[in-house]
Amino acid sequence: MLECKNINSFYGKAHILNDLCMSVDAGTVVSLLGRNGAGKTTTIKSIMQMVVPKTGQVTFLDRDITGWPPHKVARMGLGYVPEERRIFTDLTILENLEVGRQPARDGSIEWTIEMLFEIFPNLKERRNNRGKELSGGEQQMLTIARTLMGNPKLLLLDEPSEGIAPVIVEQMAETILNLKAQGVTVLISEQNLHFARIVADRAVIIESGSLKFDGTFLDLDAQPEIQGAYLSV
Amino acid sequence: MSLLIAQFLTGLANAAALFLVASGLSLIFGVTRIVNFAHGSFYMLGAFIGYSLMQVLPGFFGFWSSVLLAGIAVGLIGVIVEMFVLRPIYKAPELFQLVATFGVILVIQDLTLMTWGAVDVLGPRVPGLKGVVRILGEPVPQYDLALIAITPFVLFALWYLITKTRVGILVRAATQDREMVGALGVNQAWLFTGVFFLGAALAGLGGAIQLPKGGADLLMDFNILAAIFVVVVIGGMGSLPGAYLAAVLISVLNVFGVSYIPQSTLVLMFVVMAVVLMVKPFGLLGREEVAGEHGQVGEPERPFKPAGKKGRIIVAALLLLLALLPVFGSSFAMVLVTDIIIFCLFAASLHFILGLGGLVSFGHAAYFGGGAYVAALLVSSAGTPMELAFLLAPLGACLAAVIIGWLCIRLTGVYFAMLTMAFAQLLWSLVYQWDEFTGGDDGLVDIWPSPWLAETEAYYYLTLIVGVGGIILLRHTAHTPFGYALRASRDSSRQAEATGIHTKRVQWAAFAFAGSMAGLAGALFVFSKGSIFPTELEIARSFDALIVVFLGGVKTLSGAVVGGATLELVKDYLTRFEYWRLILGVLIIVIVILAPDGIVGSLRKLGERTGLLREAEVSK
Amino acid sequence: MTDVLKTDGLSKSFGGIRAVHNVNFTVAEGELLALIGPNGAGKTTCFNMLMGQLKPTSGKVYLHGEDLAGLAPREIWRKGVGRTFQITGTYQSMTVIENVQMALISHHKRLFSILKYAHKLYRDEAMSLLELVGMADQAERHCAILAYGDLKRLELAIALCNHPRLLLMDEPTAGMAPKERIGLMQLTTDIVKNRKISVLFTEHDMDVVFTHAHRIMVLNRGELIANGTSEEIRNDARVQEVYLGGGHLFEKDEDQINA
Repeated sequence: MLECKNINSFYGKAHILNDLCMSVDAGTVVSLLGRNGAGKTTTIKSIMQMVVPKTGQVTFLDRDITGWPPHKVARMGLGYVPEERRIFTDLTILENLEVGRQPARDGSIEWTIEMLFEIFPNLKERRNNRGKELSGGEQQMLTIARTLMGNPKLLLLDEPSEGIAPVIVEQMAETILNLKAQGVTVLISEQNLHFARIVADRAVIIESGSLKFDGTFLDLDAQPEIQGAYLSV
Repeated sequence: MSLLIAQFLTGLANAAALFLVASGLSLIFGVTRIVNFAHGSFYMLGAFIGYSLMQVLPGFFGFWSSVLLAGIAVGLIGVIVEMFVLRPIYKAPELFQLVATFGVILVIQDLTLMTWGAVDVLGPRVPGLKGVVRILGEPVPQYDLALIAITPFVLFALWYLITKTRVGILVRAATQDREMVGALGVNQAWLFTGVFFLGAALAGLGGAIQLPKGGADLLMDFNILAAIFVVVVIGGMGSLPGAYLAAVLISVLNVFGVSYIPQSTLVLMFVVMAVVLMVKPFGLLGREEVAGEHGQVGEPERPFKPAGKKGRIIVAALLLLLALLPVFGSSFAMVLVTDIIIFCLFAASLHFILGLGGLVSFGHAAYFGGGAYVAALLVSSAGTPMELAFLLAPLGACLAAVIIGWLCIRLTGVYFAMLTMAFAQLLWSLVYQWDEFTGGDDGLVDIWPSPWLAETEAYYYLTLIVGVGGIILLRHTAHTPFGYALRASRDSSRQAEATGIHTKRVQWAAFAFAGSMAGLAGALFVFSKGSIFPTELEIARSFDALIVVFLGGVKTLSGAVVGGATLELVKDYLTRFEYWRLILGVLIIVIVILAPDGIVGSLRKLGERTGLLREAEVSK
Repeated sequence: MTDVLKTDGLSKSFGGIRAVHNVNFTVAEGELLALIGPNGAGKTTCFNMLMGQLKPTSGKVYLHGEDLAGLAPREIWRKGVGRTFQITGTYQSMTVIENVQMALISHHKRLFSILKYAHKLYRDEAMSLLELVGMADQAERHCAILAYGDLKRLELAIALCNHPRLLLMDEPTAGMAPKERIGLMQLTTDIVKNRKISVLFTEHDMDVVFTHAHRIMVLNRGELIANGTSEEIRNDARVQEVYLGGGHLFEKDEDQINA
């Protein structure tokens, strides 16, 4: 469904992604693992073309999207959930959801506000509250719901468990499994191996912007040296 | 009583145009984060285009169609500006875009001059609304009543658009985080263009709708600029009802001012603004968070150290060359270099607070012109010897900066910028209107240096020593604990406050210091010209310094100096052409687009790329 | 042991919404005290009141018995309270050592000096602080290009410039990899032990909290709901409900491994 071929991305002069190759198959949940600074966020931003790779190709649904403006990438069916949440704090929950709304494309689930409120009951209760009045966990839920309003075929989640209470992390895991059951493909960047193991089918490990491991968690368990070298657990 | 009501109604009618223009400015700023200096130019274009249309479209409907068409035409001009000038530089440091809009002002000024000529035109009376209505016995023009009725509808329509429609939601979302809006599938480029269209169209409407009450002339772009900034600041950035309230307040007070205290009409609105901001620092209906911080412009500046041996040798060689200028150069060259050094000192003093402190002052001319006026007034009114007047000028400027700084430093970001500009305008209007003391528009003349400095050569050396000395002092201060504390307050005021630095006090002191150095430049200026006029206090003069600092490169003091020298030289050359503003404006826009790091910054990057300079370390 | 810090009925409302309500606690000398709780529970609000960034709606903060009411952050700092931030607040335009020198200049009250060059002042003192946190080899690097973990260590060095008696650390290990987290907390533990500094910190990583904190307080919806040792907190039913969760993550994890 999504494929990165030898992408090289830079921040200013800093070379972050180094000939990175990876792919995501339709209907699966893939976790992108690696320690801080390994290039996880840059990978996600490079897929969204918020950081445009200098060389290499990103293809989505067999189309080369490299160099496209991010809004066209989003309209192709890629849904981006940023690490820092970036909800619109002055807008109400309903207005936040409205910003994310895009017409459905063939083959994607068509999300309605009611469906999202079923998954995120907290948001329903507070639908007329402004973003800044929400707790951290609620904000995290809102970013996901907002992106789902665009009816994405593939959801890119950047470190959803970072900086939130353990009890919310559990809810988050349930939500992701729930989404998967509904047929949404997910690429999730994580540092938390426990979390990744629960939600994902496959692990992709990167270090210094290059692929180091690609396989199931069973494969990963069979290679403890990989975990030691790249995940600092 | 009836007179009061009639005057109140006149004020309410005058508020219409002001509100339209100010709400457009507020809207554009909200989404694009650009303080559109060219907004006054859009207003002027609206007036001229509306006037021309009214000549061909007759009757009641002709008038109103002309107003609408003028709005649409100016909106489309706004779209052109957005697409060809601003779009290429959205990624550049935010305040850099200011400079581009200033280039647009210059271009529009000359294009208007070319099209309509240098005549003031009077607006037509509106067919069907030419009469007056008697209210409590006082005559009130029918057109005024029409304006009073229309404005609330415009306000409501805008409010509805922003709060209730999808477009409005997207606009508000983009105000906060444009990149995220793009990542959610919204084509933000068109959103920006749309907002620019609407904002410019509102300014154009404002220009056209005031024609029957005023007219159109070539000065109206700058004349309204200060007023709309005041309205936006008083109302609260980004608040439409606030802009309406403030427009009404200013206009009504202005009408009363004209009737009862005609000597201080210009000063009045700034006094109102100062009072409002002292009570409500973010305007009547404004909120704190939209104003922004005293941030750094663009990527973090690199650490710097006092110049090494090589740097010192180059500077010393350059100074030696300047010192020998009287030997081989003409007196014309000496006058030119005198002008350049004075301007460089002025720009360098602005760089001190803007570059190191992140304090973007839009009103630095207050201290340059202020210093010059202090010296000139001491000589002309008190018969003070030139030497003493020269020394007191920076002190006078310092005093002004201490007072104005105390009022402004409490605010941040755009509020700070606009407030500094408003105070500069306050000073300008004082000088302009208090003519028995300051000479008003005629300025003060015959302010010559003492005999021992009267020769061009002697004054050239004075300028060289004092001017360059001032620049070196500014540079030295940047490297002292005080300069570091100023940078620390800019980089992270939170950390600075948490480690014992009284950031506001540091910024205040820096503001006063920069003000005195600008005053010193002003003193050099007044005795080199022998005269002083209110133009030295104008917005345009503040913008000159601002442009120079940005064009030269905001990251280094050398940027301000190189930029100052370049602009002064280019101006000296260009002013021999009739449409020099057009050329200068285009030049500024081109530099902004091609060299977004400023002249010095871009040269440095070029040097690094070609291997001539050592590359800065980059993170892995 | 004497109390370094004591709060008395500390409360804060924002426009009628109670962010922090009637919080009472003490920090003893040499103690590492953790403050945990869900996002929005009021931890940062609490911190900001202790440091003077926010004025309490009611209640008092005492430092060594002295009421801190009405003091600005910089004045509280001068009384010997250091702070590190959740999102680092270093001076991006300066080098690493200049960041430390800046704080030392402030500590020695020479902020308005314009005679000497700043980068020559207190270099040795700054260098020894950088050595302490293991950043000496990066002293001349540009702060804007440091790795995140290094910024956190630099902030620690800055916080030590005024020989604090109390250190407030807001999520000191947020955004760091697990190994770095342990390293930074170990470093902190050693420093405070040697210098007899008390520490109050907030944290989301339960490994860090349970390993390093002497005592733990739990904040929920603005109120303290628990205060005790690691063991007590782990077994507290209310804490499990509102914050720690049922530990499903780890259970499922084990199931998978067993499968």
